[in-house]
Amino acid sequence: MGIEEKIPDSIILTSLDKMVNWAHKRSMWPLGFGLACCAIEMISTFGPHFDVARFGMEVMRPSPRQADLMIVAGRVSHKMAPVVRTLYEQMPNPKWVISMGACASCGGVFNNYAIVQGVDRIIPVDVYIPGCPPRPEQLLDGILTLFKQVEKESIKDDHPEWGRKLV
Amino acid sequence: MSNTSKTVTLNMGPQHPSTHGVLRVILELDGETVVKAEPVLGYLHTGIEKTMESKLYYKVLPCTDRMDYLAPMSNNLGFCLAVEKLMEIDIPDKVQWVRVCLAELTRINSHLVWLGTHALDLGAMSMLLYTFRDRESIMDMYEAVGGQRMMTTYIRIGGLAMDIPKDFEKDIRNVIKVINNGLNDYETLLTNNEIFINRTKGVGVLTADEAINLSLSGPMLRGSGIKHDLRKANPYSSYEKFDFEVPVGENGDAYDRYLIRVEEIRQSIRIMEQTLDGMPEGPYRAHVPGIVMPPKEDVLYKMESMIFHFKLITEGFKAPVGSVYQGIESGKGEMGFFISGDGTNKPHRVRVRPPSFINLAALPKMCEGNMFSDVVCAIGSIDIVLGEVDR
Repeated sequence: MGIEEKIPDSIILTSLDKMVNWAHKRSMWPLGFGLACCAIEMISTFGPHFDVARFGMEVMRPSPRQADLMIVAGRVSHKMAPVVRTLYEQMPNPKWVISMGACASCGGVFNNYAIVQGVDRIIPVDVYIPGCPPRPEQLLDGILTLFKQVEKESIKDDHPEWGRKLV
Repeated sequence: MSNTSKTVTLNMGPQHPSTHGVLRVILELDGETVVKAEPVLGYLHTGIEKTMESKLYYKVLPCTDRMDYLAPMSNNLGFCLAVEKLMEIDIPDKVQWVRVCLAELTRINSHLVWLGTHALDLGAMSMLLYTFRDRESIMDMYEAVGGQRMMTTYIRIGGLAMDIPKDFEKDIRNVIKVINNGLNDYETLLTNNEIFINRTKGVGVLTADEAINLSLSGPMLRGSGIKHDLRKANPYSSYEKFDFEVPVGENGDAYDRYLIRVEEIRQSIRIMEQTLDGMPEGPYRAHVPGIVMPPKEDVLYKMESMIFHFKLITEGFKAPVGSVYQGIESGKGEMGFFISGDGTNKPHRVRVRPPSFINLAALPKMCEGNMFSDVVCAIGSIDIVLGEVDR
């Protein structure tokens, strides 16, 4: 039936959204940026034992201009907050944020004058990971959860004017 | 900056892969030569010392893990020893042996992360993969004793959180085997590696006088040829009963500090083997009702223990008026806790002497007059942890 029968097997028909999301998901480069204790668990996750390269993200970019994903690993102090915000703004679209650990998510045990009570006060967060610090498995789970969210995204969200023309 | 100025001011950090966290250094460069290097701190200031003042003595303990997060057990040990000194608690032999064993394991953990990241900074990327491969065995051991991979809070005031697991000795011996194998790999890759030697020899040199005047401690001090180790000079937790060497450097450069840290891993393994060979039997907590938590088994089945447990959790214990200082030799240097008690159940003031913070003061001396590319090597060879520098 239809055109599918006429084309060879090497050609796959899919929607543009699916293909773009597949590309986003399979080569998401995180920003090499650690703050405190959680950063060590993040390095462990990127290390040989847990090997996040299985999910196409072993390349940690030292520059925010080449990164897609920011993993806020650790407590954000008030002095650091403007820096985190600047780094986020320097990342090109589309970009995602994982808040790793209790401190980044809500301040954790440090409910005091020095710590921002949750990084979502300064930048939008896609996935929160509990734990102090979260195990590497938890970070992997958070990353996979983010991938599931990415699958549901549409490029029309980033370009509302395209949607208007098509509909 | 005026147009006539010859120097260039360069900002490094706080987000920089080679500053081991969120250190910021303002560099003034004349061509490729560093004229002035000024560390800017406080990007990870957590207010830990102030937070400690508002907590019961027991509840201060989890804060100490999160200072030097590469050596949580050393921090626990330092704080517990200080409180035990303030409260005059005698510690059972077995507890001391286990503490020494775990403190040495922690030293290895700290040195492994240092080795991996320092080599990574200098371009030897595979080192990080090897050291983190072997560090996993230490993490498994932490999990076996304390139930958590990093922040175990296993060493408690008056003893340990729980008894050591049944397979403690077998597991530690396995870890020792893994680390011993790993050490051969690291040394094969680095010790005679021409690139590594060129990048570290003669870099970040500190003379013995400079090291003393900057009040450095740990491998930074010993690298400059001063044989000072608190485990020998002022033994705590029965370190005097163990036989080990204190490695000392000659030139005071980054390469010597590397050799010292690798040798320290070997000596730590020696101490751990001695603790395993002579592990005494006994309780895992001192019996001091009203101050030290009763063992969990008793809390479940004995009325008095349950009452003590409840009182300690809700009210804590009252410390006498007075102040103590207790320093321990952590992987990075002298980790000291000054606690001032004021007769209430919370400390009046806790002051931490962080080795990384004081060692970091040597950075300008190590960088100024040297090449710009050596700054990364100098920062790496100090072995800083920003959680401890800023607290």
